[in-house]
Amino acid sequence: MAPAEIREAIIEILEDIAPDEDLSTLEDPKAFRDQLELDSMDFLDIVMELRKRYRVQVPEEDYGHLNSMASTVEYLTPKMEDIAV
Amino acid sequence: MISAGKTEQLPDHQRIVITGVGLTSPNGNSLADFRGALLAGTSGVSEYEIRYFGKTFAGVCDFDVRRHQTRKDARRGTRAGSIGAYCANETIQDSGVDWENTDKDRVGIYIGVTEHGNVETENEIFEISNFEYDTKFWSHHHNPRTVANNPAGEIAINMGITGPHYTIGAACAAGNAGLIQGAQQLRLDECDLAIAGGVSESIHTFGIFAGFASQGALATHDNAGEASRPFDMNRNGIVVAEGGCLYVLERLSDAKARKAKIYGELVGYAMNTDATDFVLPNPERQTQCIHKALNRAGLEAEQIDIVSTHATGTSMGDSLECEAIRNVFGKSPTTFINNAKSFIGHSMGAAGSLELAGNLPAFEDGVCHATINIDELDPECALDGLVQNQPRESGKPADYILNNSFGMLGINSVVIIKRFTA
Repeated sequence: MAPAEIREAIIEILEDIAPDEDLSTLEDPKAFRDQLELDSMDFLDIVMELRKRYRVQVPEEDYGHLNSMASTVEYLTPKMEDIAV
Repeated sequence: MISAGKTEQLPDHQRIVITGVGLTSPNGNSLADFRGALLAGTSGVSEYEIRYFGKTFAGVCDFDVRRHQTRKDARRGTRAGSIGAYCANETIQDSGVDWENTDKDRVGIYIGVTEHGNVETENEIFEISNFEYDTKFWSHHHNPRTVANNPAGEIAINMGITGPHYTIGAACAAGNAGLIQGAQQLRLDECDLAIAGGVSESIHTFGIFAGFASQGALATHDNAGEASRPFDMNRNGIVVAEGGCLYVLERLSDAKARKAKIYGELVGYAMNTDATDFVLPNPERQTQCIHKALNRAGLEAEQIDIVSTHATGTSMGDSLECEAIRNVFGKSPTTFINNAKSFIGHSMGAAGSLELAGNLPAFEDGVCHATINIDELDPECALDGLVQNQPRESGKPADYILNNSFGMLGINSVVIIKRFTA
């Protein structure tokens, strides 16, 4: 998966776990929490969905990389680049 | 214990009244719609299919979850929580309470449940079955969804209520038990307003269908609307339903002060235990429970206008409850007897409160809704006052409604509501 495809995968996950949010205005460099009503359980949902959908493991010490869309995509790119779309 | 026969002599702050009703049932999402369906003979039972078990029947609710919950909260929570949030918001709105200015620290939530957590546990086991049962795929939402207080806690979060909240696990006596708990907490001054009743999400667990089927207690029939048939010779079991009914309970003094609409007064209640069998009811103890409620209210059986039965459509259960009712009301020719499960199936934890609600309008219109699907009355269930297939008018508003609700492990509950007269 290319970074743009990883971003789309994250958007699809967010659509499920934050279904009341308008994701079309999401600004990639800004923290998710400053734009969306996400709490710690929601971030665990992101981790769980990455595990279920793509078998990607995000260890607890790396949760900080899921701060924004930009940092998430950057963090996931090496982990997901071999995944076929 | 509040002494028997003294309810009307109690000070107003010890008298408990119903000032709001919020419900969802398989045949209506408001008291008006539910009552309309009961009087029209409209069944809420439909064909239903659930994983592993396959095709069966169920009472399914179609209320608008989004009316009182965000999509996110509905996804994060449980079906019981969504039913609870819907009913709680509806009952508060119906009560006319100035909710914005209500001290939420003085609101208590008391929710009866038959069971809780089966649905969510089954879902997670099914989910990890797609991942070779690796528990790393087990949801972090599992514990908050399955703690026993979940349905009440979701209501608290949804409505910002900071007083006490908990569920009352009372098998299928739970709807009445929630109501009784609410009244008791008001009398103890633990809260000023109680949201009380019962909810059920049980149709979403295959285990309850499979369990009843293995027990020989799950209804089968050619037509969904005729599958739930208490007292009929050809009854063969339970139709499981979901639903909820929550009341606003207040002290009479508070209800009067705000000039509230009063549906009725809780003048009698009782709970007791068979202590004899896991599933088989004990009519001696049921009889005793009804007598206890009558005694607490200071009433004779002849004064009860309507008995709302618990009967679920099982062969033994219906006959044994009829034996208990005959013991108490056998010489009470003016008491009408009916059954709401014949319309909606068995809504489990919601049954007690929901079935009571369907009768409350009789305080105004004097009509006792029927028990439908009685094509051939079982002689063992041929109670004199049984209202069969068509509603019956008494010609005057009902004064007293007695509501039975019984459950497994021999838990019995009875409440008596009186028409309120200022």
